[in-house]
Amino acid sequence: MALLTAPTLAHYLVLAAILFAISMAGIFLNRKNVIVILMAIELMLLAVNLNFIAFSHYLGDMGGQVFVFFILTVAAAESAIGLAILVLLFRNAGTIDVDDLDQLQG
Amino acid sequence: MNLSFLPVLPEIVVLVGASVILLVDLFLTDARRHVGYWLAQFTLLVAAAVTVRTMDIDVVRAMHGLVVDDLVSDLLRLFSFVAVSLVLVYSRSYLAQRGLFRGETFVLILFALLGMQVLITANHFLTLYLGLELMSLCLYALVAMQRDEVAPAEAAMKYFVLGALASGFLLYGMSMIYGATGTLAIDKVALAVLADTENRVLLVFGLVFVVSAVAFKLGAVPYHMWVPDVYHGAPTAITLLIGTAPEFAAFAMILRLLGGALAGAEASWTGMLVVLSVLSVTLGHVVAIAQTNLKRMLAYSTIANMGYVLMGFVAADVTGYSAAMFYMVAYVLTSLVSFGVILLLSRERFESDRLEDLRGLNARSPWWAFVMLLAMFSLAGMPPTIGFYAKLLVLQSAVSAGYTWLAVVGVLAALVGAFYYLRVVKIMYFDAPVDRSPIEARGDTRVLLSANGLALLLFGILPQPLMGLCAVALFQAQFY
Repeated sequence: MALLTAPTLAHYLVLAAILFAISMAGIFLNRKNVIVILMAIELMLLAVNLNFIAFSHYLGDMGGQVFVFFILTVAAAESAIGLAILVLLFRNAGTIDVDDLDQLQG
Repeated sequence: MNLSFLPVLPEIVVLVGASVILLVDLFLTDARRHVGYWLAQFTLLVAAAVTVRTMDIDVVRAMHGLVVDDLVSDLLRLFSFVAVSLVLVYSRSYLAQRGLFRGETFVLILFALLGMQVLITANHFLTLYLGLELMSLCLYALVAMQRDEVAPAEAAMKYFVLGALASGFLLYGMSMIYGATGTLAIDKVALAVLADTENRVLLVFGLVFVVSAVAFKLGAVPYHMWVPDVYHGAPTAITLLIGTAPEFAAFAMILRLLGGALAGAEASWTGMLVVLSVLSVTLGHVVAIAQTNLKRMLAYSTIANMGYVLMGFVAADVTGYSAAMFYMVAYVLTSLVSFGVILLLSRERFESDRLEDLRGLNARSPWWAFVMLLAMFSLAGMPPTIGFYAKLLVLQSAVSAGYTWLAVVGVLAALVGAFYYLRVVKIMYFDAPVDRSPIEARGDTRVLLSANGLALLLFGILPQPLMGLCAVALFQAQFY
């Protein structure tokens, strides 16, 4: 029955922590595709946003919500650069498999 | 509230300069690309002049407390201008030979510099994050500028993924600290951390993520994976940039976050820094021995050197911070020389980035061999170069903080490091040259690189002024 009561700060924090953990797993366990890594990075930033909004509401301080707008904007710029590098990589290496990125070693 | 624009005037100058180059470059033919180059140098000169003119002993918080203008930020900004200016001079021919001598390069370098400035003056988590991202996004693009080869693209991808991960860590840590203290302004967080006792768990949880993010940006073990690949894969001119000015920004980031915001929780982060420092100095130096690529070897040397910088922070007092700052300045000055010589020796379609490319450099050019020798001695921490005093100061601060064993580890690791630095000297002086082609370089590069090399010696013999400058700046800055 506890689940049916109004969500508290702890619920939001746990949800954000789970999303953060999923995105970490997406980056480190993923051995297939670089695009999945880019998706995981977006998920990570969204988990952080959820954290900020939950705290902002709980503290009654607008600062956290303003921060979220900036994070969303920067995340868009970040994916633009990430996808541009991805296109470059595919054009030069002919693959976007994580395992094939092994030219630089030593 | 101080609404004056004076504290951010250098940032405004760089922003205007970058925007002007962006516009002017549209109307330039390929033969006149050097106009953009000189505009960039002019911007740096004006920004440096403005910084010196507005230098002030008082700590000023401006823009509703978003930025702080103290002597530390003035000095670090000034050092960044000098470093970026030298990077542009040293890499001019290299960029021209590879078709990278274009407006975009200068604009991206200036915007990266703008990000560093914002990061250096940050007094708020928001400005700190935005500065960091502006710097990082420009550096990712710069690494990938050479668009027809696999290695730079791969390096850029690795840099991007790990950099974005570090930003995520930083933000997650910041959100936790925000939750624990209820504010995002660094000076207010610092006061809240000193007073607060009930949200300690949340605060330390956030602190762990922040320290990890800082270690990522600095390239400390175990968050160092990107450093060798990026240094190796990026065009040498960009490696030179990444290895110099952003280090000042990384230093400011640690100073603002750990020495500033989280000063009240120092018992929690000094232990983490000790571990990072020990791992960095040992692993960095040991793995560097196995490298055959000069850029990769210097990357591992960077990792080890960042371990020494962290050693200065372990003391968690002003003396330790000023030792770390002096170490950072010494390291950047040395890095400029070592990568500068690699750039000088490179030609069209020849990178000169393998150890064997230095064979018999003394026979080809005794002067450049001597300049490289100075850089290697300084990195190894041998007197009478600046690297000696830098190491001495951080080891001293670690001992006075009660971490004698840490200083012993630092000295032993430096001995291991001396092996591969001296191997470079041996290759230059005692091996027969394979490649006997003459060394061609522009006049300004020759003069400035020589002066830069001699500065390592000069500041090694007379370290007091620079040391005093770092100490004065940090004693004047506000800590909690």
